[in-house]
Amino acid sequence: MFALVDCNSFYASCEQIFRPDLRGKPVVVLSNNDGCIVARNAEAKALNIPELQAYFTLKDFLNHHKVHVFSSNYALYGDISQRVMHTLKHFSPDVEVYSIDEMFLDLSGFHQDLTTYGQNIKATVWKEVRIPVSVGIAPTKTLAKLANYAAKKIPNCYGVCTLDQPYKWDWLLKRMPVQKVWGVGKRLSKRLAGIGVCTAYELAKANKKQLRKLTNVCLERTANELNGHACLGLDEVAEKKQIYVTRSFGEKVTELASLQEAITLYATRACEKLRKQQHWVQTIHVFAHTSPFLPNYYSNSLVVKLPYPTDDPRLVSAYAKRGIELIYRESALFLKCGIGLIELLDKHHQQKDLFSPGQSNRSNILSSTLDTINQKYGRSTVFLAAQGIRKPWKMRQEFLSPRYTTRWQDLPLVR
Amino acid sequence: MLKLQGVFKRRYHLRLPLFSGRVPAGFPSPADDHLDQELDLNELLVEHPAATFFCRVSGESMTGLGIFDGDIIVVDRAVEPQYGDIVLAALNGELTCKVLDTKKKRLLSANDKYPPIPLDEDAELIIEGVVTASIHQYRCSR
Repeated sequence: MFALVDCNSFYASCEQIFRPDLRGKPVVVLSNNDGCIVARNAEAKALNIPELQAYFTLKDFLNHHKVHVFSSNYALYGDISQRVMHTLKHFSPDVEVYSIDEMFLDLSGFHQDLTTYGQNIKATVWKEVRIPVSVGIAPTKTLAKLANYAAKKIPNCYGVCTLDQPYKWDWLLKRMPVQKVWGVGKRLSKRLAGIGVCTAYELAKANKKQLRKLTNVCLERTANELNGHACLGLDEVAEKKQIYVTRSFGEKVTELASLQEAITLYATRACEKLRKQQHWVQTIHVFAHTSPFLPNYYSNSLVVKLPYPTDDPRLVSAYAKRGIELIYRESALFLKCGIGLIELLDKHHQQKDLFSPGQSNRSNILSSTLDTINQKYGRSTVFLAAQGIRKPWKMRQEFLSPRYTTRWQDLPLVR
Repeated sequence: MLKLQGVFKRRYHLRLPLFSGRVPAGFPSPADDHLDQELDLNELLVEHPAATFFCRVSGESMTGLGIFDGDIIVVDRAVEPQYGDIVLAALNGELTCKVLDTKKKRLLSANDKYPPIPLDEDAELIIEGVVTASIHQYRCSR
C-alpha cells in the first residue's frame, strides 16, 4: 500500500503558520514578480478567485473582500517543505519526495487500520509544522493520487481517504473524469474521448491493445495501476531531465546589457543545480518575451549546442549571452527571459571526444570552489561580474513576508 | 513532473571543538586519541528540529523568569504542554509568550506589572508550542 500526503494550498498555508491572525481568512500567493495568483487557500477559493489570473486584473476585488496577498517567499516554503518531509519520514521507512508539497510513503506490511494511521499523519503534521495535509491511501501510486483528490473533495473523508477494496476504487473511478488521472493530460484525454474513454473507470476497463495503439506503454501501465496492480515503485533517486531557470523582470527591460546580465545570472543558477545533480549540459535553450497583455507582443527562443558537455557557468553564460543577443530587439519591452539546460549527460558516464578536449580540470576546480564559497558564505558571495552588480531588473516582491525560519533578522516577534 | 532532491540545504551548523591538543615537536598529544566529540549547540537546544522554531521576544512581561526584551526563545511544537510550562500561545490571533496555568485556566506573566490573563469562553487560545530554552546575548553579533 502507498500513501500520498499532499499539503493543502501549500504556499498559502506557509504564510499562515506564523500569522495565527490569518487562520480562517482568505489568503492568496502571487507568482514570481507578483504576476498572477498561484495559490489560494480554501477561504480564497470559496470567493471564487480563479487560479493563474493576472493579479492586476483582480486588485480591487481582492481589496474589497479583504483577501491577504503575499509575494512568493521561496525561502520560507523551502524550509517548511523540508520540515513536513522530515516529519513524514517518521511514518514510513520508505518515502519519495515527489514535489515541494507532496510525498509518497510506502506502507506495505503495515497491519494497523490505515485510515486511522492516515488521520494520525494528518494530526501530527498539523501539530508539529502547522501545515494542513490530505492523505490518500491505496495499493498503487496512481490510485493513491486519486484517493488524495477524494480526501480533499469529499467532506466526510476528513482529509483521509483509503481505497483498500476494488469496490471502493471502482466507485471513485466511475465518478472521476479521465483527465484527473495521474499522467493523463488534457491532450491525451481528448484522444481518449475519441475511443469512448471519458471516465477513469472506462480507462481501467479499456481494451489494452486499443490503448497501446493510441499511445505508448505508459498508458497501459496507468490502466493496470487503476485496477490495483502496482507497476510503479518509489523512485528514490529523483533527477531532473531538464533544468529551467526563468523569472519575470520587476521593470520592463529594453537594453541588451540588462538582458545579458539577467541571463548570466540564470545561467549561473542553472549550473549550480546542474552540478548538484552531477550532470553536464550539452544543449541549452534561451528565450525571452514581452508582456502578452501589451500590444506588439514579441516572443522568441533558440537552442544552442555547446562545443562540449560542461558545467562551467562561464561557458554556459557566454553562449546564453550570445543567444539572447540574437533574440534581442531594440523596440521590445522585455518582461521575461530564461534559460533551459535541455540535454543533460551524467558526468560519470562521459564519452570523450577525440577532436575536442572537453571541460578542463581547471574549470572543474573553479566551479566546485564557487559552490563551496557560496554555500558557506551565502548565495552570490562570489559571482560572475557579467551578472551585473546593480540589478534594476530584479523581480518585484511588493508583498513579501519575512523569512521567519531562515534569517535571524526575520524571526517572528512575540509579546 | 516536478521532483526535488536535497534542494534545500540543511540549516545552521555550528560546531565547536571540545578541545584539541597542540602537537609538541615529534611527540603527539596522548589526548588526541580521545578527541571524539564536537559540541553542537543545536543538539543541546533543539530536540525536534523539524518541529522547532525561534522567536524574538518583545517586552518585559517575562523578565521574572529570565526572558528579556530582545531575547530569542526556542519553541518546540512536538512537546506536550503541561501545567507550569512556558508556552508560545496564539491568543486572539496574536503570538505571546506566557506561563500556562491549566488549573486556573489562565496565562501568567512573570512580571508583577502584568496581571494574569483569564481564558474565558470567548478568548480564542491555541498553544503553538512549548518554550524549551531562551537565548540571551550579552554582546550581540546579530
